[in-house]
Amino acid sequence: MSEGIGARVLRKEDKRFITGKGRYTDDIVEANQAYAAFVRSPHAHARIIAIDTSAAMAIEGVETVLMGPELVADGIGNIICGWGVTSKDGSAMNMGAWSALATDKVRYVGDAVAIVVADSKSIAKLAAEAVVVTYEELPVVVGSVQALAKGAPQLHDNAPGNLIFDWEIGDLAPTDAALATAAHVTEMDITNNRLAPNPMEPRSAIATFNEAEDHYTLYTTSQNPHVARLVLSAFYNVAPEHKLRVIAPDVGGGFGSKIYIYPEEIACLWAAMKSGRSIKWTSDRTEAFLTDAHGRDHVSTAKIGFDKDGMIVGLKVDTKANLGAYMSLFSSAVPTYLYATLLSGQYNIANIYCNVQAVYTNTVPVDAYRGAGRPEACYVIERLMETAAREMGMDPSELRAKNFVTSFPHQTPVIMAYDSGDFAANQKQAQDAADVAGFAARKAEAASRGKLRGLGYSNYIEACGIAPSAAVGSLGAGVGLWESAEVRVNPVGTIEILTGSHSHGQGHETTFAQIVAERFGLPTENIQIVHGDTDKVQFGMGTYGSRSGAVGMSAIVKAMDKVEAKVKKIAAHVLEAGEDDIVIEGGAVKVAGTDKQMLWHEVGLAAYTAHNIPAGMEPGLKESAFYDPTNFTFPAGCYICEVEVDPDTGVTEVVQFVASDDFGTIINPMIVEGQVHGGIAQGIGQAMLENVVYDDAGQQLSASYMDYTMPRADDLPNYSVHHASTTCPGNPLGMKGCGEAGAIGSPPAVINAITDAIGNNNLSMPATPAAVWTALQDVRSKLAAE
Amino acid sequence: MKIAMIVNGKSVSREVSDNTLLVEYIRDHLRLTGTHVGCDTSQCGACVVHVDGQAIKSCTMLAASAEGAAVTTVEGLAKSKDDLHPMQVAFKENHGLQCGFCTPGMIMTATDMVARYQAQGKEITEDAIRHELEGNICRCTGYHNIVKSIADGASKMTTV
Repeated sequence: MSEGIGARVLRKEDKRFITGKGRYTDDIVEANQAYAAFVRSPHAHARIIAIDTSAAMAIEGVETVLMGPELVADGIGNIICGWGVTSKDGSAMNMGAWSALATDKVRYVGDAVAIVVADSKSIAKLAAEAVVVTYEELPVVVGSVQALAKGAPQLHDNAPGNLIFDWEIGDLAPTDAALATAAHVTEMDITNNRLAPNPMEPRSAIATFNEAEDHYTLYTTSQNPHVARLVLSAFYNVAPEHKLRVIAPDVGGGFGSKIYIYPEEIACLWAAMKSGRSIKWTSDRTEAFLTDAHGRDHVSTAKIGFDKDGMIVGLKVDTKANLGAYMSLFSSAVPTYLYATLLSGQYNIANIYCNVQAVYTNTVPVDAYRGAGRPEACYVIERLMETAAREMGMDPSELRAKNFVTSFPHQTPVIMAYDSGDFAANQKQAQDAADVAGFAARKAEAASRGKLRGLGYSNYIEACGIAPSAAVGSLGAGVGLWESAEVRVNPVGTIEILTGSHSHGQGHETTFAQIVAERFGLPTENIQIVHGDTDKVQFGMGTYGSRSGAVGMSAIVKAMDKVEAKVKKIAAHVLEAGEDDIVIEGGAVKVAGTDKQMLWHEVGLAAYTAHNIPAGMEPGLKESAFYDPTNFTFPAGCYICEVEVDPDTGVTEVVQFVASDDFGTIINPMIVEGQVHGGIAQGIGQAMLENVVYDDAGQQLSASYMDYTMPRADDLPNYSVHHASTTCPGNPLGMKGCGEAGAIGSPPAVINAITDAIGNNNLSMPATPAAVWTALQDVRSKLAAE
Repeated sequence: MKIAMIVNGKSVSREVSDNTLLVEYIRDHLRLTGTHVGCDTSQCGACVVHVDGQAIKSCTMLAASAEGAAVTTVEGLAKSKDDLHPMQVAFKENHGLQCGFCTPGMIMTATDMVARYQAQGKEITEDAIRHELEGNICRCTGYHNIVKSIADGASKMTTV
């Protein structure tokens, strides 16, 4: 069976995971290892008056307790946001100081105040509880709207009114004019609920300092170990890059939350140097809720206008984005360039204007979580389209189809230039798979059982493969967003691929091997993927934003191009043929049209013995490449959700979920379908189950699995997943990316289905039974009153 | 205190403090790190092992309570080092795992549930599998392929 592009190759990495031989950070034990626990603020906003460590230090087995002022005195830098966003008045964003250990104030429950190092985890935790911190409590604000209100408690002195930036995109006057003359305007208040990412492996770090070599090693649960090293080195002054090795071994899921460099890794590295011990810290689950960057939390009002034929004339959105107590690494980009640039959806919209105010609150910092800005954009436009169709008495799929972008490239008014797609084909495929034609009969049958059945669409588009480095640089990014790869052909012909991408569930060890197998006609078992270690792999940017296919694999292709060119030169020389006559197929390097050939490994050996290679050629067979994308990629698709609501209880069951995606070229359909399944589950989770809840004092009420509703097997349906693809013209493999689509496209489909079932468009996420029941009562009492 | 038990067919004994959890005994003292910890409230099921043939969350049991018991972890599920348990094969063949962190607990729960249903002569339906999985959380797969894996593993277990 072929193992090349398009084959459902079973995963090479599975054996170690199914036999318990995975190697996650917490599985590793270093010599002389101590354990860290953090003293965390129990208050959402307070001034630190005094810290007494004497009782903690007196506990047997406690190595040291270290605090913020000493960290600052040692020159450890503040945690930064790496993407500058400029306000509409031209001013720079107001980034408040964030020390890895608080020095004067704490600004959210969980804010780290001190690190305790001890011989065991239990002693460290006990000692952390024995540290006595005297606080002066300050007033608290947790919501973005409240934080912007006059007289709200102030978090950072340099951010008056808690405003981080007030940013805009698009043209206001023409958009207002278009909306003023529209035949129909739909206006909605739309909230995108705050979520906790919850990869099943909690964050963990092991820091070691080798005094003799002045060298640090950090094992960490990272999606991007090189970026971690760069930031730890260049901004946090932990160590220069050549004196710091960062290893991200097996990582148990990320979903964005493991992109960032958190206070704990910084403090562990610093404490390892101070104490001379290797230091392990592993988050427990409540600590994860209190410290892992959250996602979403947008409050928006949105208006869309149509002419008398149902063509969109304008879209205006006002969004308040809650960024929490401090600016996390890419927090500024999420509600701006990853959000408002996608508000055009799959539609021709001549006039778009969006204003985004980013706000500090006394909550956990908010950053990219699976989809990052794009789910928020999709939710706005797709809720509007469905609701507008209902208001205008049109079929929601027909209203969408009427407004589809159909010719490419298509320049939207909000930066993005869509390069390819066939939105009608995805919609048709989804409608056929969902048997939309049979919905009326199913609805009637459900009604006979006393159930309300509803159907909702979501036609998403997103931007992945982020992105041309110069383009993101011009938009404020502090880094380039290329990817690197190295292809090492060994003397025996086996191949190692060193990639800057990082796999934490995506199956790169399999799919990356498949593209090499395809190219050189070798079995995937002869190909090894190496990633996640800054000592082994050249600088790379890591995995997030569905970029490992479109960008990471493109870098491998570029490196393979160079390997192929050298292989052909060597074979042409040995076989005494013209280079242009050499072909590589089935593991052999042949002279086309003859029986002359070298086996693949013979070429490898020839390159390394260098006894008989072209004059002037360097020995060896190893090439590297850095690939910078030429554009974003634009995965798109149509999702259809069908639900049944029990009107007596509000309990809602997803009875059918159909996805038709356009991901461009698919390397391994099995893995791509798995990505879509997981994304949809997270999207249904957001729509129906998940919600981070704070009380007015800033205490997180949802900080455990007893309180935060993680989707479980019996909450979810099977998914019907289909592909109708167009090739992406922007990269060598024609790939668009599949990692986030499910989480982006599904929430509006679910809410559109439930609102269809209950006949009330006013329903917020998560649509719990209580929320659905209440919305149903609202519409019923309104009907009764009429 | 000294605690002895049989883990994956081998007699083991370790001197541990009396508040040591079974999962700590397995991970930190025996260095069998296939059993994972994903929460603090016995909700996620990443730590499921078999104690005397029953699936239990090893974060919820003291090591001392397993004194003298026969414990099987994911490392000891297959008959031999070169072999895989049919449920392990089913998870691989049905892409029932992504990041792999919840997988050992899923597989240990799955083998237990299938064995229970088969011992009672009951068919294990998709609904039953989803209901039985209420104590195991996965964030990657959306459960679709885990449910498929367990159904396939169940049929493979009957034919072994």
